[in-house]
Amino acid sequence: MARNPVTWMGVPTFPKAAQEALGDSQLRSNLRHATHTIRDKRAAAVGEVPDWERLRRAGEAIKDETLAHLDTYLQKLEAAVTSRGGVVHWARDAAEANAIVLKLARAAGADEVVKVKSMATAEIGLNEALEEGGVTAIETDLAELIVQLGNDRPSHILVPAIHRNRSEVREIFRNQMPEAPADLSSEPKALAEAARRHLRKKFLSAKVAVSGANFAVADTGSIMVVESEGNGRMCLTLPQTLITVMGIEKLVPTSRDLEVFLQLLPRSSTAERMNPYTSMWTGVTPGDGPQEFHLILLDNGRTATLSDPVGRQALRCIRCSACLNVCPVYERTGGQSYGSVYPGPIGAILTPQLVDDPHDKQAASLPFASSLCGACFEVCPVRIDIPEVLTHLRARAVAEKSKMSPEALAMSAMATMFADPRKYALAQRAGAAAAKLAPSGSVSRLPFPGSRWTATRDMPMPATESFRTWWKTNRKDSDE
Amino acid sequence: MSDARTAILHRVRDALSDRPMAGDIPRDYDLHRDYPDLLELAQERIADYKADVRRVSPAQVGTEITAALARRGAARVIAPPGLPTDWRTPEVTWLDDTPLGLDELDAADAVVTGCAVTIAETGTIVLDAGPTQGRRALTLVPDYHLCVIEAHQVVATVPEALARLDTTRPLTFISGPSATSDIELDRVEGVHGPRTLDVLLIES
Repeated sequence: MARNPVTWMGVPTFPKAAQEALGDSQLRSNLRHATHTIRDKRAAAVGEVPDWERLRRAGEAIKDETLAHLDTYLQKLEAAVTSRGGVVHWARDAAEANAIVLKLARAAGADEVVKVKSMATAEIGLNEALEEGGVTAIETDLAELIVQLGNDRPSHILVPAIHRNRSEVREIFRNQMPEAPADLSSEPKALAEAARRHLRKKFLSAKVAVSGANFAVADTGSIMVVESEGNGRMCLTLPQTLITVMGIEKLVPTSRDLEVFLQLLPRSSTAERMNPYTSMWTGVTPGDGPQEFHLILLDNGRTATLSDPVGRQALRCIRCSACLNVCPVYERTGGQSYGSVYPGPIGAILTPQLVDDPHDKQAASLPFASSLCGACFEVCPVRIDIPEVLTHLRARAVAEKSKMSPEALAMSAMATMFADPRKYALAQRAGAAAAKLAPSGSVSRLPFPGSRWTATRDMPMPATESFRTWWKTNRKDSDE
Repeated sequence: MSDARTAILHRVRDALSDRPMAGDIPRDYDLHRDYPDLLELAQERIADYKADVRRVSPAQVGTEITAALARRGAARVIAPPGLPTDWRTPEVTWLDDTPLGLDELDAADAVVTGCAVTIAETGTIVLDAGPTQGRRALTLVPDYHLCVIEAHQVVATVPEALARLDTTRPLTFISGPSATSDIELDRVEGVHGPRTLDVLLIES
């Protein structure tokens, strides 16, 4: 089976990538500003809604109901879309989905497709696959365009170019947009205007558009896409052919369920009462919008995720990214350190499950990229217990590893030591002696095999005197 | 590819072999909330999204449409097929969607529409491609959208709005003009959709 492109090829595991990111002070300042701004705004937007907790419970229950009967709802959705003039395709993995999109684009005579920002198409590496097949994919969301033109990788689910500041964006546009004015300023307004000019002709002439889906309604076959800039509306409305790639977990049973998610999603993601634009369509409408509609239902590791009774709750995710903005680890390391399309706390539980390959060291490192502080669960609009899944996946990762791993060796050495009081006392004295050699109070480099531990963390110095020694010296009169 | 379909449905059933029981969906969230003045709330919340919102009496609508189009310098204006005749003020050139080509839409100065429903709490206007709104491209390509909302179309909450809509029609939910916050989270109005949204709220 081909490699699942949800993790990026050739990038280091999280601990190594994070160490590099921590050294980049510009990145850390960009991230700190971004995460704090969004999280404060979100708190205000959520505070306005008196029934927020009840909406969260409803959201959780709707998604659980969907997952518990996923086969039934998928077939309902397929029947509804088909009866409204759409065509449904099924794709087991990334390669299969990419091949379908390529075939459809070619059949429509397109050597270029315009794209709405979509996590599903990023997850399957669609742009690269289309490029290999001679079709150019043009990202039309401003942040995705910045990432694409900068030959960069996204760092956030909602605002993929959040690691870039305005002057970096200006440089990218000046180098990559032939029509960008020579005196292009770094004002966001001027940069947005440049993007508008750059993409306008593409929108008006594109034959094929590719989108993801925020929600699909099983009983009517309606698809919903939520956005801000209007690039989504352009793609979903103007081209003759629309291809939507959707993870099989993205559906809800009835259109009534949208009343819950249309409240939970905008306030959790952009921290607004509502996002500027939401589009919804059902199959094909004669005389309005694309006259050919294809829906690709993508598995790519979702059924593997569904099979884990603890881990399957990750499939409730509606990709709002609220968990990223409150995560102390994400705030300091940035999204690219996760080496995956899905960064942050949700990425740490979703990526290893979608990859579903115990030999993928990079994915296996992700459940450890957390302080387990629980803030991600508090903000999750569908109540995914991310800390619970993290610890569950950690246990799985440790079990998969060989018994010769540094953690396993350290634990077995500790077990031997704790089992024998004489060895324990000896170890304490050794620690106390070592402490006298390192007056700074912490150890940043131990000799092998301890170096495997200190490569990614400092170790606090052992106390210069053990409690047992202290007790013996200070409590001579007491009963021993 | 029917084999992919069969395989995925098999995988789903295998994955659910523990037969997880989903509980009932609690629907105890608010379907409706009472506000002393729904139109005032709608006006305030739509304006929060950087739209120019004015309350007008039914008799003033024609004059106010003329005034708004003049303020924005709009002379060639698109009319959806069912735009009320008293909204088609004689001061501008009306373009009927015959249908118009994309270049013609792009060359127009403005579009005037009604709406299907408006959500006061979120400041959201919903278009359902009905006769006063027309197909989706009409409100997308021109740079200026003037939307006229009648008082009886305003509801308080999102659930109330969805209950009024036929969700199988093409729907567009609009909260203010096109906007982005992708560069340093600075909000910029006007990217690819209409850069200007004006709203007239007709009082009953």
